[in-house]
Amino acid sequence: MHALDVSGLQKVYEGSGRRVEAVRDLTFTVERGELLCLVGPSGCGKTTLLKCVGGLLAPTAGRITLSGKPVSGPPPGMAFVFQEYGRSLFPWMRVGENVELPLRQKGLSRTRRRELVADALESVALSDAVAAYPWQLSGGMQQRVAIARALAYEPQVLLMDEPFAAVDAQTRADLEDLVRRLWRERGMTILFVTHDIDEAVYLGERVLVLSASPTVVQEQLTVDLPAERDQLHTRVDPRFAELRTHVYQQIQAAKRGVPQDGVTTSDTPPPR
Amino acid sequence: MRRLLLRVFYVVALPIVLVAVWWAASDGSTNPFWPPLRTILKTFPDVWTGERLRADVLPSLWRLAAGYALAAVAGIAIGTVVGSYRRVRAVCEPVLEFLRAIPPPVLVPVIMLFAGIGDTMRIVVIASGCVWPVLLNTVEGVRAVDPVMLETARSYGITGMARLRDLVLRSASPQIFAGLRQALSIGIILMVISEMFAAGDGIGFTIVQFQRSFAIPDMWTGILVLGLLGFLLSAAFRLVERRVLAWYHGLRASTRRSP
Repeated sequence: MHALDVSGLQKVYEGSGRRVEAVRDLTFTVERGELLCLVGPSGCGKTTLLKCVGGLLAPTAGRITLSGKPVSGPPPGMAFVFQEYGRSLFPWMRVGENVELPLRQKGLSRTRRRELVADALESVALSDAVAAYPWQLSGGMQQRVAIARALAYEPQVLLMDEPFAAVDAQTRADLEDLVRRLWRERGMTILFVTHDIDEAVYLGERVLVLSASPTVVQEQLTVDLPAERDQLHTRVDPRFAELRTHVYQQIQAAKRGVPQDGVTTSDTPPPR
Repeated sequence: MRRLLLRVFYVVALPIVLVAVWWAASDGSTNPFWPPLRTILKTFPDVWTGERLRADVLPSLWRLAAGYALAAVAGIAIGTVVGSYRRVRAVCEPVLEFLRAIPPPVLVPVIMLFAGIGDTMRIVVIASGCVWPVLLNTVEGVRAVDPVMLETARSYGITGMARLRDLVLRSASPQIFAGLRQALSIGIILMVISEMFAAGDGIGFTIVQFQRSFAIPDMWTGILVLGLLGFLLSAAFRLVERRVLAWYHGLRASTRRSP
């Protein structure tokens, strides 16, 4: 069974005489323990897609199942990391309380909650900040708190919606490595949405290229880079350059609205 | 230490000047309605004895506290409902604006008709005036909850009472406190006014009694008591607000620092 199964997803916004088809027809799966990146031109309905998957928006058509169970509202097995970290953490709660709040809703015991909070904050190297308020931290640290909150929630699938779009380049590189490390250490299933091609290739085991809105899957490719990746070497690896060029061409084609070869079937370019 | 002294100086400088001006201007006044401040201050300890504090100030404070608390609870509760639902808001808003525009003192005779002339009437009068700023500010605060925070709460299954307690009311609390602050000064005014109608005790009643019996310096001491009371309540309010909204002041200071 797949961790996440999306089939025939369509989302149409209707309002005041205007009908906007944001997502036309999306079908893909996320395997258990996989890190899948979705990348597409800006404004291609990535956020809409992720909100549908997370049960925050009701799709117009199609089916989403999480470990075989259909998703009709936010399921307890999913955790969300939003782009707007500053508006996603509650400024009236300390870091520890922010991480703990969803666990209280789950009805976990006090000791179990404490364990999970301490463990999650340690994973993102923020154990010292447990009693700080989010606004006392830098942007990158705030996003790490949001990631810790998602970790402590112990989701089956972690959804990340352009989580690093609003931080500076150096922080962003650190956060990318953090996601890679957490994924490898914890064997998590991650669905990562981004508009950054390099980020998608650097992070993902598989990359799904989306078309411009109304969105379909333009292409999917497997990233055959070694599992051990680092900012210094991976980014100058010739294979990395090939893959990112390929994805870049696909995105350009997507913007022009020309699916290159077929709609969803193109394979990873053969290594030279 | 120096900075503390300087701050104390800033706080007390203007009151000292004003009192001095009052003292000098009224000294040697022979107008019976405008007695010298010296006379007023001499009268003060004779009028505001322990017995009078118990018999008049305490009942006033009790009515104010009860009316204010009633207004706070009702204002926050109704404001939350109105602020949460667009339909309810559309129906209620014109009525709320109308009710808010009625000056509460004119309601005193009306409220006397159904609430009698006892404490109930006075508490209802105070509450009916205090409720509006609390209610309208709560509506605005609840409406302005950040949509990303609401989505975060939804995605993590934070719903029902937890959503209300940990998100909606906390997020609206700066506006709610602004309303409570306005309500406090309205409450003091209405406390005095309600005690001027058919009352047997209270600060407002005492001041009117002195005026009617031409005990003018005594009347002036009553006005001083009201001023001091307002000042102390406002200081106490600020203390509570600083504690409850510490996060908000910190957040504002941190966003001012970074561009």
